[in-house]
Amino acid sequence: MAQDHRPPIESGCPDGFQYMHPVMRKNYGAWDYHEHPRPGVLLHVAKNGDQIWTVRAGTQRILDVFTLRTLCDIGDKYADGYVRFTIRSNIEYMVADEAKVQPMIDALEAEGFVVGGTKNSVAMISHTQGWLHCDIPGTDASGVVKAMMDELIDEFKENNMPNRVHITTSCCQINCGGQGDIAINVQHTKPPKINHDLVSNVCERPSVVARCPVAAIRPAQVNGKPSLEVDEKKCICCGACFPPCPPMQINDAEHTKLAVWVGGNHSNARGKPTFQKLVAAGIPNNPPRWPEATAIVKRILRAYKEDANDWERINDWVERVGWPRFFELTGLPFTKFHIDNWRGARRSLNSSTHIRF
Amino acid sequence: MADQHHDTPMLDELENGPWPSFISGFKRLRDKHEDKRISGMANDLLGQLEHSYETRKGYWKGGTVSVFGYGSGIIPRFSEVGDSFPESREFHTLRVQPPAGNYYTTDMLRQLGDSWEKWGSGLVTFHGQTGNIMFIGTSTENTQHFFDEINEYGWDLGGAGPCVRTGMSCVGAARCEMSALDEMKIHRVLLNNFTDDVHRPALPYKFKFKVSGCGNDCMNSIERSDFAIIGTWRDDMKVDQEEVKKFVARKGREYVIDNVVTRCPTKALSLKDDDTMEVDNRNCVRCMHCMNVMVKALSPGDDKGATILIGGKRTLKIGDLMGTVVVPFMKLETEEDYEKLTEMAEETIDFWAENGLEHERCGEMVERIGLVNFLEGVGIDVDPNMVNDPRQSSYVRMDGWDEEAEKWFQRKAEEKTAAAS
Repeated sequence: MAQDHRPPIESGCPDGFQYMHPVMRKNYGAWDYHEHPRPGVLLHVAKNGDQIWTVRAGTQRILDVFTLRTLCDIGDKYADGYVRFTIRSNIEYMVADEAKVQPMIDALEAEGFVVGGTKNSVAMISHTQGWLHCDIPGTDASGVVKAMMDELIDEFKENNMPNRVHITTSCCQINCGGQGDIAINVQHTKPPKINHDLVSNVCERPSVVARCPVAAIRPAQVNGKPSLEVDEKKCICCGACFPPCPPMQINDAEHTKLAVWVGGNHSNARGKPTFQKLVAAGIPNNPPRWPEATAIVKRILRAYKEDANDWERINDWVERVGWPRFFELTGLPFTKFHIDNWRGARRSLNSSTHIRF
Repeated sequence: MADQHHDTPMLDELENGPWPSFISGFKRLRDKHEDKRISGMANDLLGQLEHSYETRKGYWKGGTVSVFGYGSGIIPRFSEVGDSFPESREFHTLRVQPPAGNYYTTDMLRQLGDSWEKWGSGLVTFHGQTGNIMFIGTSTENTQHFFDEINEYGWDLGGAGPCVRTGMSCVGAARCEMSALDEMKIHRVLLNNFTDDVHRPALPYKFKFKVSGCGNDCMNSIERSDFAIIGTWRDDMKVDQEEVKKFVARKGREYVIDNVVTRCPTKALSLKDDDTMEVDNRNCVRCMHCMNVMVKALSPGDDKGATILIGGKRTLKIGDLMGTVVVPFMKLETEEDYEKLTEMAEETIDFWAENGLEHERCGEMVERIGLVNFLEGVGIDVDPNMVNDPRQSSYVRMDGWDEEAEKWFQRKAEEKTAAAS
């Protein structure tokens, strides 16, 4: 009674040219310069003078099919039917005719989409799946982003920051949201609560033991069953054991908190790429609006906006003014937890007399 | 039970505020969609999410779901509270590879939306952090139906699990004057060479390719990919001195000095008294900053190619790593060039597949065995561009010094001969 299975067509990564605006196709590799006519709009000019205008808009990122069709309707009525999506999930409409730009902006805004996210704005927050869909989340993703973008929307729509600000969120310590100028990530503060009755049924124990970054887990007999135990003195509460072994529950309504990191920068401009550094922790994980985390992000942005020079990303700014000044300007506490003790940490200690007063 | 809407007071709060609300989108599916399968699914999805907001816990667990012939590409999700929220009990995501560069026509988006509406929840994200189109929420059975339908008109699954993952490439040559590569071609040549490894996971863990056309690295490839291909150039940058003067006239010398000249990481710029810009090209590290600021005045050179870095990854298990330089420069113009790139990728993946431990990323393996062992394993010569500085520790056995130094001189002699011919 076995059904004949349809074998897949292993077509792989599709060609983008078939969906590309004809002006872009025609001028592939032959662009001359670009301009920023206004926030949310890009103008690229080819060597032969051809122009392509791009209107970028923020959306809710997780699109219901009605919203998707609305975005398509706008693309058909006001644009040329060609779109793309940015790495931060904004939509971009490309048109050859400048006259289409303003009506498109009006149409997008009338439907509640937000035109912006270009140049020195606070860009759309990069995020993952959270409670909506992930199997290991300590918090939500889309909800946090909605709450924060509600408060940062003006900075998304304008070009008022010293340079672009890339914010990310991650719902566990694997940091899938990636490095950012500001990252709001889950930080567990207590070891996992183990359901010993389930471990041997569910978990491949050697994998779990191997997964722990500090070798704090070992096999043990508990309640007469094969299980695992955690050396709580070693445990750094990272949650790495949870994915391969859900009975090692790391998520806790009270003890799973949020931490804020700043200074990640992927670009090579002005300096080599950097990773983000811890600045705040112990932040309550407080749905539906996470006001404490949002307040800290706004405090950091205010200090950055007021104090940084043009073109400085957050990492450039802190490198110039120094971390003590960062903590002074933001009013955030500096604690023993800020001093790194992970592999290679010695490079982060100050072996000089370079001190600002 | 499906006739009763779940109460969602916490989620309702996220309908307030100016940013577009994903909760409003879910409610549209629940309240306005005619298909009871979709409206019921949305209702239960909202119910489970509200439950998560109340208890601060997630209720999804993974499992094994795939389409016939593949072992990868689906993110299985089974609800742990499916008895309370039965219509979203199975809520798997299909990861679908987007076109290189993320281009779509509205026609195609509609077609995908129509197909998804037939089989899934109606929720889709362009794109996930890995770069895939995420069709979020369908049953085990409908996973196969949806895939069959879109596979027929040109779409294929991306990677999930210990496999080669979906790649990413920037807009690049399609729109950006900074581009030094054919990003879309590189992306597709690499990914489609590894289709088997994308669809049938057999590697120690995940492996990601990302392509950025210049050092701005908009695809975040150094920090987010195992194999980063970044555009650069070898010859002098192009300076349009008339445009430089116009820029100075518009913004002032002080602005140019404070925001361009002094920001050059290698002090390679000098604004002369006649308002022209002098570039010490030998010391320019192609960081892109000056070009980002003085867009028309300064542009990349013509002898373009790629720098390749290997080993970037996120936190688990030894911490976040950045890729490190393995190829300072290679041309990517001829078919032969592309073959060299593909071979290099194959050597890297083969070596890592053989030598990596279970769940060990390529960068973690390099960290464990040392860069030199990795280079010897994949047949790449050492190069000073691979390090920020030479070793600071004398604790190494160096009785093979003469042999190694001879290799260097031999290479240099060969390079000289090749350049002369």
